[in-house]
Amino acid sequence: MAKKRILIKGGRVVDPARKIDRVADIFIEGGQIRNVGSMNYQAEEVIDATGLVVAPGFVDMHVHLREPGDEGEETIASGSAAAIAGGFTSVACMPNTKPPIDNEASAEYVLLLAERAGGANIFPIGGVTKGLAGKELSEIGQLSRGGAVAFSDDGNPVSDAEVMRRGLEYASMFDKTVISHCEDLSLSGDGVMNEGYVSMVLGLRGIPKAAEEVMVSRDIILAAHTKSRVHIAHVSTAGSVDLIRRAKEQGVKVTAEAAPHHFTLTEETIKTFDSKYKMKPPLRTQEDVDALKLGLKDGTIDAIASDHAPHSEEEKDVEFSFAPNGVIGLESTLPVAITELYKTGLLTLIELVAKFTSNPSAILGINRGTLGEGASADLTIIDLEREWTLDSGRFKSRSRNCPFHGRKVFGKAAYSIVGGKVFKLD
Amino acid sequence: MSWHRKHLLTLEELTKEEILHILDTAESFKEVSTRSIKKVPALRGKVVANLFFEPSTRTRISFVLAAKRLSADTIDFSSAGSSTVKGETFKDTSRNIEAMGIDIAVIRHSAPGAPKMLAECIDARVVNAGDGTHEHPTQGLLDIFTMREEKGRVEGLNVLFVGDITHSRVARSNIWGLKKLGANVGVVGPATLIPQKIEELGVKVYHDLDEVIGQFDVINLLRIQLERQRQNLFPTIREYSRLFGITGERMRRAKPDVLIMHPGPINRGVEITPEVADGPNSVILKQVTNGLAVRMAVLYLVSGIKD
Repeated sequence: MAKKRILIKGGRVVDPARKIDRVADIFIEGGQIRNVGSMNYQAEEVIDATGLVVAPGFVDMHVHLREPGDEGEETIASGSAAAIAGGFTSVACMPNTKPPIDNEASAEYVLLLAERAGGANIFPIGGVTKGLAGKELSEIGQLSRGGAVAFSDDGNPVSDAEVMRRGLEYASMFDKTVISHCEDLSLSGDGVMNEGYVSMVLGLRGIPKAAEEVMVSRDIILAAHTKSRVHIAHVSTAGSVDLIRRAKEQGVKVTAEAAPHHFTLTEETIKTFDSKYKMKPPLRTQEDVDALKLGLKDGTIDAIASDHAPHSEEEKDVEFSFAPNGVIGLESTLPVAITELYKTGLLTLIELVAKFTSNPSAILGINRGTLGEGASADLTIIDLEREWTLDSGRFKSRSRNCPFHGRKVFGKAAYSIVGGKVFKLD
Repeated sequence: MSWHRKHLLTLEELTKEEILHILDTAESFKEVSTRSIKKVPALRGKVVANLFFEPSTRTRISFVLAAKRLSADTIDFSSAGSSTVKGETFKDTSRNIEAMGIDIAVIRHSAPGAPKMLAECIDARVVNAGDGTHEHPTQGLLDIFTMREEKGRVEGLNVLFVGDITHSRVARSNIWGLKKLGANVGVVGPATLIPQKIEELGVKVYHDLDEVIGQFDVINLLRIQLERQRQNLFPTIREYSRLFGITGERMRRAKPDVLIMHPGPINRGVEITPEVADGPNSVILKQVTNGLAVRMAVLYLVSGIKD
């Protein structure tokens, strides 16, 4: 099936890696892109993409798939199905499973389950440290051989600066990026939301912006010192955007991602005490939302990633203070990004697509994110004009903790194509 | 005016008129306590459930007695910490208790927002008896009731809160209520225990008690918890009481008719010395007495009974 010859006709082809944005046909053969242009090849399957956007397959570089350990919340198969449904042909999964992905065998296990699922490409991210405990480096070399594309203790920061320094140095030997969850735990303490006016009124413990920014600063300094690459996960504050922008100007090898909830929602939502707005880092203020958007526009923020973090309803639907952190996003990220960033005129289509394709692929060092000849036939075909309402009850994910449930959005993936395997979406 | 709310969750959401209506209703209930038969039939046949998910003595007893004086049947439910510890979620516990046929749920809980969550998941009326560090609306009301009773007005009164503002639900409810009624509110305490954004509530912030104590008509002391010292929010109890404790000596700088209030339980020798706590300016026990009348008024009003 994957070897089928497919012709995608008349779509608006947007390929940021090659600066292409024009109407063209695409011919796929043997699971690879064969040709982009105007053509009349014989194909077993013809997809009429008239009026649709044909992009390289979208990459979500930050998801939690919960398997092994919490299969009630998500499995690699259900996460893969959610990715496909949301227009993502590739995802990079964080290692904070039970047990964590901190050795070669566990990375290979993820790849095995991904192959069995037969959906999206799943790229494991390995732990920087053994057990993600922040003490001793994990076997980064062996993990790389087992398929880990980057390294992170995400969920936890690497609190010890010396461990982070060595992690950056050691990972750079394998040309791998360390993805940093920036949170100074001594400053975030047992905070449950952004520290500010709303936390004061609600009497909820606050997490100051400084808890993130202190560590963003540290990691920028360490990346510069070690001449290594660091990627800042889920940037949430205006101050962090500023720090990253200045570091990039100085030539530090730092990249960054933002999640749709952080560039769309604010701490005001927590006045409902609804735990579907609880995550780390927490939702901040309008000023931060505006700064994230500016950072996306000027390239300070390279990628958009969901930080898809499934939690069961019984665990999540409790008192706000007691609920776990995290929201799901695989099936809401693409439409929310289109609605908030493209439909508002902030980003051009090619800029938006780059945040989901060429940029995350480059950061992860994976050969995805372009429609060049010979590239893996991973494509996302999008109907930009489709207006619909997000309904987490219909998600393929096993969890329902989506902060955008009930939101009216524009844009929906019409097809996800992975290595020439076509998933037609409703 | 007539009362339309099903619940009393915060003072933030009440209007000035609604607050005054509760205070006026409480005044008429206060008279009941002076009768030889201290009981009215207003809530006869109704069930008031006191759901205390966090330990409390005086608030719980005050609500139970208020319900009994209104002739309601009462249920007492106490559970240390969250019921989730036992594997049952808060919502399940709430629905179970509601299934017993209650009319009003009085809830004390360590998590801010728990009363709102309860109000959204059950049909009964809900009264917040303190939710974490969020609000304690009946305490705010009884404090304001006491100020009005003693001073004859609230508008224009200068009210000072001393101590740990950050962790005080009492301060939050008081500030909302007092600002709506036109009082001037100041807070004094360690910089580590005053939220950065408090001034956005129209409150003045001070750190030197001796400098400002003479400006105020009412001083409401907040309980200082030893736990805060372990969190490094102040260095020692000794330094705290030197800087912010109300002593006889400090009282000489205050207005002669200043009211000294405290939501209790008091730490004698820490926030307040015994001579002040038991002295002529202290209305601490009157607060407790008024609490009963205010809670009768709140239970009566949210019940929706019209006479």
